[in-house]
Amino acid sequence: MKLQEFLSPAPESARRRGPQDRIVSSSRVRLARNLQGIPFPHHAKKPDCIQALEMIQPAVLSLPSMTGAFAETMEELTALEKQILVERHLISREHASKGAGSGLVLGRDETIAVMINEEDHLRMQALLPGLQLQKAWEMIDHFDSALEEHLDYAFDRKLGYLTACPTNLGTGIRVSAMLHLPGLVLNEQIGQIIQSVNKLGLAVRGLYGEGTEALGNVFQVSNQMTLGEDEPRILARLEKVIAQIIMHEENARAVLMEKKQKVVLNHIGRAYGILANAHSISSKETMNLLSLLKLGMDLGLFPGTDRALVDEMFLVTQPGHLQQRHSEKLSAEERDIVRADMLRDSLAGVKRPLSKPPPPTTGAA
Amino acid sequence: MQKLDLCEDCAREHKVDAPTNFKLADMLLGLGAADEVGEAASTELVCPQCGYTQAHFKKLGRMGCAACYQVFGPALEDMLRTMHRGVRHVGKVPRRLQGPAQPPVDVTEQIRQLNERLERAVAQEDYELAAQLRDEIKSLKAKAGGRKVKE
Repeated sequence: MKLQEFLSPAPESARRRGPQDRIVSSSRVRLARNLQGIPFPHHAKKPDCIQALEMIQPAVLSLPSMTGAFAETMEELTALEKQILVERHLISREHASKGAGSGLVLGRDETIAVMINEEDHLRMQALLPGLQLQKAWEMIDHFDSALEEHLDYAFDRKLGYLTACPTNLGTGIRVSAMLHLPGLVLNEQIGQIIQSVNKLGLAVRGLYGEGTEALGNVFQVSNQMTLGEDEPRILARLEKVIAQIIMHEENARAVLMEKKQKVVLNHIGRAYGILANAHSISSKETMNLLSLLKLGMDLGLFPGTDRALVDEMFLVTQPGHLQQRHSEKLSAEERDIVRADMLRDSLAGVKRPLSKPPPPTTGAA
Repeated sequence: MQKLDLCEDCAREHKVDAPTNFKLADMLLGLGAADEVGEAASTELVCPQCGYTQAHFKKLGRMGCAACYQVFGPALEDMLRTMHRGVRHVGKVPRRLQGPAQPPVDVTEQIRQLNERLERAVAQEDYELAAQLRDEIKSLKAKAGGRKVKE
């Protein structure tokens, strides 16, 4: 089966809902594991990588939860397919650059994704919409326990799961959430928040993880420390900090609407103006403006419009997804034009934002 | 000085390498460590399993295989202390290793480590963390006390 046939259509993927998803777009828990007796992928020779791949892939596919899964080696996937997987957060950018000897297995509903021979032999993740860290942990913990029946993991009593990089030692766990924080960016509190979060031993990164930009005001918050503390405690810390960030973001939005309403309305109105009328627009500008549109939706400035429309645009206007819609290859300039056309079409039915937010109604979400 | 933000493709096109690995080596082993790569003396440690050397580790900040931790591991402890919340794994254990043979968790050592971190947190005026650590110490002490009573 081709990847395109396996992945859910982009609109459907973007419309998955979860708790607190006004601010938390997704929750992810990933575990790093390695096999005994085979060098880690960056040091392994090709036959070693192939051996690891040939041990891991069938073991993963034999699990009941992987019935109907998609499995492929990285060399069989096209650059475009890899790009789409990155945009869906199903593989890392590092994994997208891998070829022979690396592979992936995706569960039926794209919740479980397993990268084989990324930095470690195994990187498995559970990805859920909204704030569902606990559930994501339970899913991947269960998956990992089932897998260890088939594979001999490299484990040390003192150091825990042995990983290629000592920063992942111990539990090998990375718990993360994607947060949409336009309020904290607009009122310039984001720097302060990042600093405090860092102080607590957590990392704040951009949309695609380490070393990436926070496009569209989306920030990824994750644990950095993996040794000396058990998984429930790591999860609890993240949950506590995320709850606080959500509270700060809500406060920031409320303060902005009270004290700088014109500034906020100006940003949102201009974002709408550009997105609905541009004839050429970059991916980066699109994401940043869509973030403001999403804020406008949250503030009730676009009555009658489904916010999922913006979430969908956020995904489908990214280079891989955009390219997928067109059979012929597009240059960056051509993509900018096609992207603008798509946005104009999609926003044609969306009325311009209200000049002031509607009065709060009882029972409103 | 001109600052350029390049995507991975453009960086490759312009032959600019991402300096991540070198930065990591510097962070782990002190500034300038990456420059020492290649000066590997004949006496340096080598992993018998995969042939990985200390110079490799210094350069990449990664281990070559699981067995490398036995070779280079003992020298890692200070580094791990700066990276993590402790130097001893207290999380999930594969089922095949669970059971009566498992050595008990060294609570005294855990408490000692937590106390160290508590002192650091207070010195850095990170009172939220300090309070959390204090609670953790309290609950560990209670647990340890409970065990003694049972015995």
